[in-house]
Amino acid sequence: MRLSRFAPALTLISALLAWQAICVVFSVPAYILPRPSQVVMAATEVPIWTWLDNIGATLEIVLAGFCISFAIAIPLAMLLVNSPLLSSTIVPLLVVIQSTPIVAIAPILVVSLGAGALPRTVITCLITFFPLVIATAAGLRSAPAELIELSESLKAPRFRQYTQIRLPYAVPHIIGAAKVAVTLAVIGAVVAEFVAADKGLGYMILNYTAVFKLGRAFFALIVLLCISLSLYQVVALIERTFFSWSLPERR
Amino acid sequence: MGLFDTGRMIHRSISPGVATSLSAPGYAQPASTQAPDATVLRISTPSALRFQHVTHTFISSDRSAITALSDVNLEVGRTEFVSIIGASGCGKSTILRLASGLLAPSSGEVSVFGLKVTEPRNDIALVFQRPTLLPWLNIADNVTFPERHTTGRVTRETADRALQILDVVGLRDFAQKKPSELSGGMQQRVAIARALLQDPDILLMDEPFSALDALTRDELSVELLGILDKRPKTVIFVTHSIQEALLLSDRIVVMSPRPGKVMETITVPLARPRGLDSMLDPLFSEMANEIRSKVFTRSGKA
Repeated sequence: MRLSRFAPALTLISALLAWQAICVVFSVPAYILPRPSQVVMAATEVPIWTWLDNIGATLEIVLAGFCISFAIAIPLAMLLVNSPLLSSTIVPLLVVIQSTPIVAIAPILVVSLGAGALPRTVITCLITFFPLVIATAAGLRSAPAELIELSESLKAPRFRQYTQIRLPYAVPHIIGAAKVAVTLAVIGAVVAEFVAADKGLGYMILNYTAVFKLGRAFFALIVLLCISLSLYQVVALIERTFFSWSLPERR
Repeated sequence: MGLFDTGRMIHRSISPGVATSLSAPGYAQPASTQAPDATVLRISTPSALRFQHVTHTFISSDRSAITALSDVNLEVGRTEFVSIIGASGCGKSTILRLASGLLAPSSGEVSVFGLKVTEPRNDIALVFQRPTLLPWLNIADNVTFPERHTTGRVTRETADRALQILDVVGLRDFAQKKPSELSGGMQQRVAIARALLQDPDILLMDEPFSALDALTRDELSVELLGILDKRPKTVIFVTHSIQEALLLSDRIVVMSPRPGKVMETITVPLARPRGLDSMLDPLFSEMANEIRSKVFTRSGKA
């Protein structure tokens, strides 16, 4: 019980120690693979404000992209479930968008939309949109048929069938998709920064690798990883706090 | 005994149904009512539910037409308890959905209290095979859900009434619990309480006890009898269980499958009030065997 609690931390520490040991034993140069200690040292060479500034820039794109995507995906999924016609016209379009390689469309979007935050946000939206819409629509359809019949037999207004029955039943699906989508949003933001940005962690990685400052690039990578993991945990926390009824029972 | 062909049965059953509403608890012997009186009463008070030459055809997922019901004639009197029994696929549930107005028949007419059914009515409540409670609401809120769902809010009066009804089904102490904390039988009681809170004139029950174990079934059947004793209602009860049908019903409609047709209508002569003791009556097992032979010979499962 105790051991399993600390197992993840122990694994991580062991991996870092092994990394350090291998670099020391085989005397790998820092511009090929920096040691963990060198990564930390390299990070301190850059002023903290620079880090925070770039983290803020990336986080801004991640959150804006995810939130806009979420705000469009949920109502759209409701429309799709409500209208078979709309479903048969829009879903193929969504599949086309999802099948388009995001890395390939990113430079095109930058040319079309300019070099500001707009193309970056749009790219992040595009990568997160599909899983959110599809999972939400599946969730809305997962409400028991009897409850829909109950709602219809009561002649309740249609919107309450969604707010009081379908949407709550979709919550586990939406949360699941949101967990995938926040991590995808980080990928989307970094891809967008690779293509066109003057700030952000993706931009930093691109710049530092160009000048063989691999330690700094690694640190930026670790920060990205932390952002991704924390956002995932935030979604999990929201799930536990507000939607604990949707979690499987622990026995 | 008590067996008539479908057409004649409808004619005879009108009178007992009407008579019931005048003297509900003592209602047991339909065949004794005189026909002329019944005709007069029939005009003044239409039967609770009436199917006239109802045929219903579905379009299945592979686009072929499936006839679920074929020329069904059925008449249910006020406060009468009618069970519909038959093998799977005989359109039992379709009858309930037509009666509730969730479906419109392909041909024929369904009427409730003399009016053609064109949309769901608020004097009809449904109870399903599964409890289908909302897992995020507590028991009291689940019972008041129909009001919250239609009007957006629950009045103080409804909330109080919900507690009274939970008292009737023996679940008052569980009002603040979540459905997942209750057993299957208790959850189904909540579903029945939810239907009763709408104070419907007609209760449509779609195999409500079929997901429960045998003991809980009997317990709930007796409870349902007790509830209906205090608040008489017209009940259409779809079931697979012959015992259940005999214990609860005034009449049993036996259906044949594919396409669903009324094969036989059987009046249950067992005296009321009934309880589990009624099952010991020799007549009970005699009738059970008779119905069993009818249900199974036609469906080819014997």
